[in-house]
Amino acid sequence: MSMKTLLAAASLVAMAASAQAEVKIGMITTLSGGGASLGIDTRDGFMLAMEAAGRDDVEVIIEDDQRKPDVAVQLADKMIQSEKVDILTGIVWSNLAMAVVPAATAQGKFYLSTNAAPAQLAGRGCNPNYFSVSYQNDNLHEAAGAYAKSEGYTNPFIMAPNYPAGQDSLNGFKRFYGGELAGEVYTKLGQTDYAAEIAQIRASGADSIFFFLPGGMGISFLKQYADSGVDLPVMGPAFSFDQAILQAVGEAAMGVKNGSNWSKDLDNAANAAFVSGFEEKYDRLPSLYAAYGYDTANLLLSALDVAEPSDAEAFRAALKAAEFDSVRGEFSFDTNQHPIQDIYIREVIKEGEVYTNKIVATAIEDRSSAYVDECSMN
Amino acid sequence: MSPILLAEQVLNGLQSGVMLFLMAAGLTLIFGVMGLINLAHGSLYMIGAFAAAAVAGATGSFALALVAALAAAAAAGALIELLVIRRLYARDHLDQVLATFALILILSEGTRWLFGSFPLYLNMPAGLSGTVTLPGGIVYPVYRLALIAVGIAVALGLWWLNARTRLGIRIRAGENDREMIAALGVDISKLYTLVFAIGAALAGLAGALVGAIQSVQVGMGEPVLILAFVVIVIGGIGSIKGALIGALLVGLTDTLGGVLLPELFKLFTDPATAAATGSAFASMAIYVLMAGVLIWRPTGLFGART
Amino acid sequence: MSRERLLNGALLLALILIPGWALYADEPFTITLATRAVIFALAAVGLNIALGLGGLVSLGHAVFFGIGGYAMGILASHAQSYTPLIEWPFVIEGTKSMPVIWLVAIVASSCAALLIGLLSLRTSGVYFIMITLAFGQMMYFFAISWPAYGGEDGLSIYVRNGFPGLNTLVPIQFYGLCLALLCLVLAFNARLMRSPFGLALDAARQVPERVRAVGLDPRRLQLVALVISGAITGLAGALFADLNRFVSPTMLSWQMSGEIMVFVIIGGVARLFGPVAGAGIYVLLEHLLGGVSEYWQIFLGLVLLMVVLFGKGGVVGMIAGRRRDG
Repeated sequence: MSMKTLLAAASLVAMAASAQAEVKIGMITTLSGGGASLGIDTRDGFMLAMEAAGRDDVEVIIEDDQRKPDVAVQLADKMIQSEKVDILTGIVWSNLAMAVVPAATAQGKFYLSTNAAPAQLAGRGCNPNYFSVSYQNDNLHEAAGAYAKSEGYTNPFIMAPNYPAGQDSLNGFKRFYGGELAGEVYTKLGQTDYAAEIAQIRASGADSIFFFLPGGMGISFLKQYADSGVDLPVMGPAFSFDQAILQAVGEAAMGVKNGSNWSKDLDNAANAAFVSGFEEKYDRLPSLYAAYGYDTANLLLSALDVAEPSDAEAFRAALKAAEFDSVRGEFSFDTNQHPIQDIYIREVIKEGEVYTNKIVATAIEDRSSAYVDECSMN
Repeated sequence: MSPILLAEQVLNGLQSGVMLFLMAAGLTLIFGVMGLINLAHGSLYMIGAFAAAAVAGATGSFALALVAALAAAAAAGALIELLVIRRLYARDHLDQVLATFALILILSEGTRWLFGSFPLYLNMPAGLSGTVTLPGGIVYPVYRLALIAVGIAVALGLWWLNARTRLGIRIRAGENDREMIAALGVDISKLYTLVFAIGAALAGLAGALVGAIQSVQVGMGEPVLILAFVVIVIGGIGSIKGALIGALLVGLTDTLGGVLLPELFKLFTDPATAAATGSAFASMAIYVLMAGVLIWRPTGLFGART
Repeated sequence: MSRERLLNGALLLALILIPGWALYADEPFTITLATRAVIFALAAVGLNIALGLGGLVSLGHAVFFGIGGYAMGILASHAQSYTPLIEWPFVIEGTKSMPVIWLVAIVASSCAALLIGLLSLRTSGVYFIMITLAFGQMMYFFAISWPAYGGEDGLSIYVRNGFPGLNTLVPIQFYGLCLALLCLVLAFNARLMRSPFGLALDAARQVPERVRAVGLDPRRLQLVALVISGAITGLAGALFADLNRFVSPTMLSWQMSGEIMVFVIIGGVARLFGPVAGAGIYVLLEHLLGGVSEYWQIFLGLVLLMVVLFGKGGVVGMIAGRRRDG
């Protein structure tokens, strides 16, 4: 074989190899310990979309952060340095996100948030490589505040745990409610007994209650509240009322109103396909975390159809265009790369044997985020 | 704050203390008799709650669920004692801490493997739901009153066991001088297994009772474990009376601290900041209490004086 | 040469060769893992002085780890936002210089250790364990709910702090720095163990009455040991925060205290290189087992249990036999 043929053959092989260039996505999420249900749902929703698309040039690497910030940082380092991923995603908790995202974006990697979207990263800390596909942390609380106002409540009692997400939630509520409060209480992070707070509520003369108590805290509060004889309308963000928590709370959660940007009964084709596909594959109903995972995967796939992550400018533009079928219907990004979307109010109902949510009102239309003006990407 | 509200908060503090007592009693019994620090006590609490949730879900009966919780926790306790704890009596506290820490990992993830990552449903029986109006106008949930009753019953039962039965004599003797009772012919290993199982059963009972008004999920035992240790240290290790008084003190401090400290700060700043700052200090309150008690009485309130 | 000396030499060699190979093979993540192991080892060496030598089972040692971390976090965050820490009575600016940060971390943790020691050493046995835990928990809850420095969200430091003459962002250079510090501290520890103070402390751990009979106060010895121990763990905390470019209240949690204790116990209590072996094994297990199953913590627990129950004196103890005193 002559040198020329050899060279030609070699270059053909090289071209073929580069055409098969893999895109690697690194998913860091919580798969063990107490908060695992959120990470598991995120992963399952994400992979449902990935597997439906069936692209063999996209590889997803999934790792468990155990809800520890230093492990998340380690994993991010490993994915960036060792596995050479182009895109990171999946973190559930704001404190882990704050540990990982600034460093990852500073190294030129794209980060798409499937859940946590703290205020710092939506305002002054915004970054061209950082997109939030879910919401901005305050949004769902703002919806509850808007609902309280529109329902004519004049004396709500508001409550959240004493940590940054809790402080953000009460601020978000107050921002859209804008009226007088019967009481504002910060509970201890991880607190399980709310008898004292319920006694305060009873004594305060409130006409409604807003609370943000994620995970086991919310389950405890709802059970104790339902048994307390206090019968005030209750509102909160969807985090306290997701599909997993509802089954554990049962009857005590009935009738509660919660703010959410997604519900399984949202009326569009993409959502119907998502819910039925998820139920068929995993034998349970999806939660909003699964919906965000699914949407993030589809957004990524839509961008990959147009550009490669190695061409950062083009890929970023493709992401910003958000040309995909979101399960939330209309979807677009604001200048700080957080969504503009409708936030609804859902009510907890029972369908057969299962507790779930249904939309009863639209609380805020085309909501962006309170920090968009602080972002210098305008 | 009105006197009625304050009275209700005091009642809440006492009730949370009584629940802590169930956990602490088992822990102090095990430490007092066997000299063993058992970090896995919180996992036994969790096992009781999960057993109760599983049985209540299958049969619909809360009574059966409680029995299941006692049985499952006692069985788990006996098994752990036979396989692991037995080898730790002669070791120093350090090895005990690490071995039982390892047990926490195994039991927690093992439970998650068996039951999944999602929280389980467990609710109180219909007969105990609802509220009752106490003298003075306090509206109080029936279930919480039932919990107080159970706690007092357990305290009385333990006192009777300790003071009036042969087993109690052996337990008290064992706390005092292990070698002697072995020399006197008491089967130490059976005694230890029994005591461990009783302690475990108490933890499991607490888990089931409390799980009905809180959430049943993996990791629910660890926060309670720390609190239980705080209680037995304040009360004095090995003393059931100390565990009860310590538990009530911790319950009251925790509840009243959370309620009164924000009020205190409201005198200085606006409500939102007062709420946040007050809550910050309230979360430290019981640790400040424990440090204070230990500085004043280095072996706890009713612990053996060295 | 005793078996322990050989083992120590082998461990030191591994700490040099493995990252060296990683540098050659262009595996920066291995270097990061090694750095993590070295920093954990440093924290554990600190604990070992209180625990192994002094017999003080401190279940709240994470408080020093966290104080060191926050010393770094607070100073660096003020530096990167160009705002001073306090303006009155004199201006204190933030700083991004590692030596300064290390000094502050050491001083801060020493002061904390002094205070905690004065209060805790009035108790003994399990009461001592619990009161040290109490102090750890106090700091943890305080850090979570105090919003000024991020609360539970923690503090992100975008660029690693600087050390004169090095580019600390290059993994191998930062690793070299950490390794140098570890070796310095190990040398100091070896000297300490043989010094009059170290011998007296060891005696105080074993038979306090005899030490008192000779005219020394065991409590005073233990206090000094705790302060030295806290200082070293605090330094490790500052390095850890630099490694992750992040500090958060989890560094103060009791689980972290438990982990540091695990390093000491697995490696071998009171052995010079015990913490090094323990930290190395833990990081290795954490890295390898994580890929095996979602429930890998069960396996970690089983391994720990086996080591405690059947491994006499930890890994160093198993390989090098009983401690040769003298």
